[in-house]
Amino acid sequence: MENLILQALSGLASASSLFLVASGLTVIFGVSRIVNFAHGSFYMLGAYLAWTFVTNLPRGHLGFWGGVLGAALAVGVIGMAVEMLLLRRIYRAPELFQLLATFGVVLIVQDLALLIWGPQDLLGPRAPGLRGSTEVLGLRFPLYELFLIGVGPVVLGLLWLLFYRTRWGTLVRAATQDREMVGALGVNQRMLFTSVFFLGSLLAGLGGALQLPRESVNLHMDLSIIAEAFVVVVVGGLGSLSGAALAALLIGELHAFGILIFPKITLVLVFLVMAVVLVIRPHGLLGRPQEAARGTGMAEPVIRAAPPALKWLGLAALIAAILLPPFAGDYALTVLTDMAVFILFAASLHFIMGPGGMASFGHAAYFGLGAYGAALAVKWLAAPMGLGLALAPLAAGLGGLVFGWFCVRLSGVYSAMLTLAFAQITWSIAFQWVELTGGDNGILGVWPAPWAAGKLTYYYLTLALCLGATLILRRIIHAPFGYALRAQRDSPLRAEAIGMDGFRIRWAGFALAACMAGIAGGLFAYAKGSVFPTYLDIPRSVDALLMVLLGGVQTLSGPIAGAIAFTGLQEQLSRMTDLWRLVLGIVIVLLVLFFPQGLAGAARSAWEARDARPNA
Amino acid sequence: MLSVTGLHAHYGRAHILSDVALEVGTGEVVVLLGRNGAGKSTTMKAIMGLVRPSAGRVAFLGHEIAGREPFEIARLGLGYVPEERRIFADLSVLENLEVGRRPARDGMRPWTPERLFALFPSLGAMRNRPGGRMSGGEQQMLTIARTLMGNPRLILLDEPSEGLAPVVVERMAEAIRSLKAEGLSILLSEQNLHFAQAVSDRAIIIEKGRIRWQGSMSALLAAEEVREQYLSV
Repeated sequence: MENLILQALSGLASASSLFLVASGLTVIFGVSRIVNFAHGSFYMLGAYLAWTFVTNLPRGHLGFWGGVLGAALAVGVIGMAVEMLLLRRIYRAPELFQLLATFGVVLIVQDLALLIWGPQDLLGPRAPGLRGSTEVLGLRFPLYELFLIGVGPVVLGLLWLLFYRTRWGTLVRAATQDREMVGALGVNQRMLFTSVFFLGSLLAGLGGALQLPRESVNLHMDLSIIAEAFVVVVVGGLGSLSGAALAALLIGELHAFGILIFPKITLVLVFLVMAVVLVIRPHGLLGRPQEAARGTGMAEPVIRAAPPALKWLGLAALIAAILLPPFAGDYALTVLTDMAVFILFAASLHFIMGPGGMASFGHAAYFGLGAYGAALAVKWLAAPMGLGLALAPLAAGLGGLVFGWFCVRLSGVYSAMLTLAFAQITWSIAFQWVELTGGDNGILGVWPAPWAAGKLTYYYLTLALCLGATLILRRIIHAPFGYALRAQRDSPLRAEAIGMDGFRIRWAGFALAACMAGIAGGLFAYAKGSVFPTYLDIPRSVDALLMVLLGGVQTLSGPIAGAIAFTGLQEQLSRMTDLWRLVLGIVIVLLVLFFPQGLAGAARSAWEARDARPNA
Repeated sequence: MLSVTGLHAHYGRAHILSDVALEVGTGEVVVLLGRNGAGKSTTMKAIMGLVRPSAGRVAFLGHEIAGREPFEIARLGLGYVPEERRIFADLSVLENLEVGRRPARDGMRPWTPERLFALFPSLGAMRNRPGGRMSGGEQQMLTIARTLMGNPRLILLDEPSEGLAPVVVERMAEAIRSLKAEGLSILLSEQNLHFAQAVSDRAIIIEKGRIRWQGSMSALLAAEEVREQYLSV
């Protein structure tokens, strides 16, 4: 009993911290409709800056409370700068572009924090006046935790006053519903948005700074908090403050008690709750359906046949890919094999995003399921390679069927968040179920059959399977099923009205793409001889998105070009510099800003513009 | 007061407006008449900066406003009342009005919620009701009142009679006449000739994105073949 009370109290303290971060995220989303991945980075910066301000300024320091507030304000200003330099320019871009751009910021902040504060965990001081503990219902409980429990409701109250009792708040709530109309009434939306980012980032910074006495400051704070903050915001309903409060309470307590009951699968539990909530209430507990953002809808361009020159180029590349490798070294063969795998991985994601019109932020789940499907068969059944490679798409396809059933009934950000949640569930299982999967140590000894053991042979095997699968995907896009997929994307109501079952079409498309990603994952497992949880973590999903967006969503050659460019780029970067995350982050940001159509799309536009000129 | 010349607008590759030219003088009520899809709303949006004109000039009170941001245009004293009303559904009547509030202008009696409730009495009875829970007619009044809170010198009124009951249309016409009496200039768009006739001084007919005819309201009433050609359904 006593244990339960203490557990409930510490759940409240976590809920409070979680609410600070999630409220900032939800406020920012409400107005800008941007799901800000960098919000976790702002939280981390808040903690690092508070550490510096409190303990480590060159001339004296600010004291604990001064340091915490200073850090929060500084993070608010950083958030403002990010909004003005980057996000302001992409308010009209598709959601995944925005998500990707903010992920670029995550990578940049990670490496900058590493440069400034170093890789070691930093320990902060305890809060003056709140060092000891006190008696609650006859139990000893830390004072600082008690203080945190109070912070959440106070911040909620202040935010409520701000939003419902000031002109600024009224304008923000109006802009949440119809930003264009607010502009037409004479309100400078830019200033409004920037100020909202200041507030939201400040809340994240405050949340991070207040963690200083509770836990060490480290470089993993950003992604671990952002996954939870996403869950809270999505469960509560995007844009809803009271929803965020309610969901923070739910998730905080779930964590506290989950540790008592299922210590191993608390992460899974959290994401499962999210999945269940979203199936019952697709817009979160207190959220409402979003009105389609006004003035942003642009029809997707029709997929056209490649211009002849591109076809010849593709054929030349294929011939080179077949004829040259016998003369290449081992290293080149490894890179080429990776490229072939990632071409299929990217093409399968493109199938969901382009023709399917669905968002997936967790495509790595299916890549990883394929890899683990093969590896587990090797480990537990001593399966030969043929069987392993056959099980890979099966495992991934099954995952796609199950997860897809949930994901494809939602749309937009909610769907993207749910795919992310399922990817995190699979990741947690791979990471936490050590007995089955080996946890962090992965599964070793996944080697190809003797006949395919040579690097060159294995390369040809991979090339054949991956290109074959990619061509099948291409064929399906031009088959009636592909037309149906695009019809339900472009005009869901009309498609239903002529008798198409949009849900089933999307579901089948999703599962098919998962299957294909599974083939890529299985081949990758045998190529490396091992599988690790990193095969299905967030950065891997982002890799796939980058390949697709680098190449361009609306061309079929896009994902192929993107996969080749990305694999090559990453290979070079990681050899050249330790700061590859920084460089990659900058590349992402520049890409989103200057090539929103992707490389293939930009090349095609330039090509067509050149062709069109003589006629014009 | 407002002078549009050579205005073109596109949606993607579709050419929606070609060479639109029109004038609205001080204190004048001008109606833009045309069938569905003729380009009335696009003309208004292009003037307001909500659709970026691809060519042309828009002068308002001596400022060149083509290509400027909607909020800058609004601040110069150009009010916009959208066809779809676009009430902030979660905000109360008073909060909707608050969003529209701008400082008073020289030589004009500033609009306050109380003055607006005198003009639209039914709004006064529901100050704290969320915009989403009002009838179409009440929303139409609120959207006009909200724009008036910005103390505009000219308002663009996009199809105010659309979808309203005849009694409400009557009341709307009265409200527009009293706004005209206050000295406000109005560019109205309409399909309802009867309503237009009750409030306007001048008419401009638009079809397929081009201006086809201009003249006084009485001239339009006399020109049956013009009405036949461009307005009859």
